[in-house]
Amino acid sequence: MDAVSPKSLSVRIWRGKDDGRFETYEVPARDNQTVLDVVTEVQRRHEPALAYRFACRVGVCGSCAMTVNGVPRWTCRTHVAKVAEAGEITIEPLRNMPRIKDLACDMAGFFDKWQKAGGRFTGTRNRAEPPAAVDPASRKRVAVDAAIECINCAVCYSACDVVSWNEEYLGPAALNRAWTLVNDERHALRRTTLDLAMEQGGCGNCHTQGSCMRHCPVGISPTESIAGLKRMSLLSFLVRDHAAADALAKTEEPA
Amino acid sequence: MRAHRSHQAYWAFVGHRVSGIALAAFLPLHFLTLALVLKGTAALDSFLVLAEMPLFKIAEWGLVVLLAVHFFFGLRLLFLELHPWKRAGDSRLYWIVPSLFAAFLVGAVFVAGVV
Repeated sequence: MDAVSPKSLSVRIWRGKDDGRFETYEVPARDNQTVLDVVTEVQRRHEPALAYRFACRVGVCGSCAMTVNGVPRWTCRTHVAKVAEAGEITIEPLRNMPRIKDLACDMAGFFDKWQKAGGRFTGTRNRAEPPAAVDPASRKRVAVDAAIECINCAVCYSACDVVSWNEEYLGPAALNRAWTLVNDERHALRRTTLDLAMEQGGCGNCHTQGSCMRHCPVGISPTESIAGLKRMSLLSFLVRDHAAADALAKTEEPA
Repeated sequence: MRAHRSHQAYWAFVGHRVSGIALAAFLPLHFLTLALVLKGTAALDSFLVLAEMPLFKIAEWGLVVLLAVHFFFGLRLLFLELHPWKRAGDSRLYWIVPSLFAAFLVGAVFVAGVV
């Protein structure tokens, strides 16, 4: 007699730190199920000590990114049906960051690089002054708009091989942030941000492999932003001692 | 190939890098053989006899294709980095396959010229 068993999903999950191992859990396969649902089910029913990160569960916070079948993804927006291979999924922490435990990794270095790339906004006006009028159709603002929706999930950073090869490399997210600032006419330190983004470990390291734009869940193309920084760095080098650079510097002075 | 790398832009990077390394490895050998002329025409001629072997012709074809691959993939990179992108996300992925075709077309022209 055939027993009617519900379909199940075989989930391999990384346990431990660097010297850990994969453990396999069986969870019921459901019609509508995200990878984050699966991880939560494993933690609730099989392994209460399983460490992982999530917050919003709807693709807003950027904290649940993990490596699913070798590809960095937001687990909350990844349906199991899309990624399971013959009823199996393998879930690991993101690459290129130190592992803390199980599926959680230490993102401090990732965020430090945002600062290193000059990613902090410095305004040109105080609150008593009228807000800057930015033309939404201007070339610079269009460039910012294309890159501004990043939520710091580190999927691009995990996908990038240059980050794996060169630990100094600032990575796609930090450089994408720098690109939004060098095009933001309200940012007082545009030249400083550009200089930081051009330093060792900066935009010149990008090999245009395109994994960041391929895997960005928001559809941003950090490759494009970094190409823009490369172009701007070349121009700034060509005109660095000339009137154009002075004019640029003038616009950077706080009002 | 790990899953996060299996996309066209990465393959273009691999093609550009591998062809570049192969060409860099070829150049010193090229100069070494050219330098044979310093020892006299006989030394160079004895090598040029080898260069008439079919195996060498195939290798020459490979060299031409590698050069063309490196050239066309390099053009895409230069364009991406020096020319503002006409719309967001337009990384000219659709240049990659035609670049390969163009490289092999150059190879075919070389074969037609040699044979």
